[in-house]
Amino acid sequence: MQTVKFVKKETPRWVSGVIKTPAGAVSRVSSDWSRTDMLGMIKSRVGAYRMHYTVPPGLYAVGEATRDSDVFVTANYKLSFDIVRRALKGMDAWVLVLDTKSINVWCAAGKGTFGTDELVRQISLARLSEVVSHGRIILPQLGAVGVSAARVHKETGFRVSFGPVEARDIPAYVAAGYKKTKEMSLVKFSMLDRLVLTPMEINPVMKKYPWFAGAVLLLFGLAPTGILFKQAWQGGMPFLALGLAAVFAGAFVTPVLLPFVPFRSFAMKGWITGLLITFLTMQAMGGATGQSALLLAAIYLFFPALSSYIALQFTGSTTYTGMSGVNKELKIGIPLYIIITVASLLLVVLFKLREWEVL
Amino acid sequence: MKYLANVSTLQFFSDKCTGCGRCVEVCPHGVFEMRDKRANLIDRDRCMECGACAKNCEFSAITVNTGVGCAAAIINSLIYGGAPSCDCSGTGSSCCG
Repeated sequence: MQTVKFVKKETPRWVSGVIKTPAGAVSRVSSDWSRTDMLGMIKSRVGAYRMHYTVPPGLYAVGEATRDSDVFVTANYKLSFDIVRRALKGMDAWVLVLDTKSINVWCAAGKGTFGTDELVRQISLARLSEVVSHGRIILPQLGAVGVSAARVHKETGFRVSFGPVEARDIPAYVAAGYKKTKEMSLVKFSMLDRLVLTPMEINPVMKKYPWFAGAVLLLFGLAPTGILFKQAWQGGMPFLALGLAAVFAGAFVTPVLLPFVPFRSFAMKGWITGLLITFLTMQAMGGATGQSALLLAAIYLFFPALSSYIALQFTGSTTYTGMSGVNKELKIGIPLYIIITVASLLLVVLFKLREWEVL
Repeated sequence: MKYLANVSTLQFFSDKCTGCGRCVEVCPHGVFEMRDKRANLIDRDRCMECGACAKNCEFSAITVNTGVGCAAAIINSLIYGGAPSCDCSGTGSSCCG
């Protein structure tokens, strides 16, 4: 059997002893979170740390798990695992961790790593039929995207129940005799849910920001006599600020205020918040007075569209957008974004030519 | 919250339904409901095409084109070819985790 064993000095704080079973010793885990667990959650919410935030796959025990205890299945993304063991506080249960390459249940189910084959494999590696006698396993509902309950039954004899979407509903689900309320089976997307996703919207965009900044400074600094730094800064600064504002509009304001922004289309939502934030930023910088009409046109053409494009990326993180819808948005959106980018670039070039008194 | 109307590819063939209730059990958006011991498709516009229902319908009463509803994934597949996937591991930190 593949038991999860830890060398003594490597034993994580969340392991609290072992339970002996006919299939070997199984690590017992605590239901409490340490400071390390809290810190890990925060770090995995903001960046690449999540890619390696993992627990070894296999079987774990909570409390005094016996042959009659329920088996809950989860992913080996440590945050998923932590949320499950915390939800099982005070219960006696088994937790079977699938190897999802450190990805959460829903995303992994979409990719197929939280899938029928991996579940069948882990059931057999853990010799689960010798550990429990009831022949039932409980999967997180969102795992159903990757797992065919009928095939698992055929191949292992275990009957699959899809439990609640959220691990925190597990005690209520068990207490109700393994019945879900409608609430428990619906996936939600609260403002807090959306807020915690925004760092991962802002980070990837900001990685590209230096390219944008470089292009803007080059464009405005360019003079017939070479690159003028003073001009680059004076002319480019408002554009740099508007660029940051567009990121803020598309990657923060739109996700957080999602249901309150008009239209269902993410491109439209992002455009509206982008237009508003662009306007407010312009006001904050002293309004449109003294600005060339060409630059103004370029600004109001480009930055709301940039925000729209960034907001469209959030479709990858929501709990309710489907592929057909995103395809439709992109089919209309991408040509528009290209046209708008080229048009605003032309307007700025026109402005430069006027400045050089070529035109 | 609802996404675009009339785009989901979800199809339900009620004549094949045996009323096992799996689709109701797995759908995260309440697209199906049990009525008179049969599943009923009550709101297609809520469907996000995750495919959980079709995968778990033993009687082939449900079909849906599944895929990642993620703009970045679809744009990547347009540029580099291949099917859209959440696999952004090439870029390191973006995408779901």
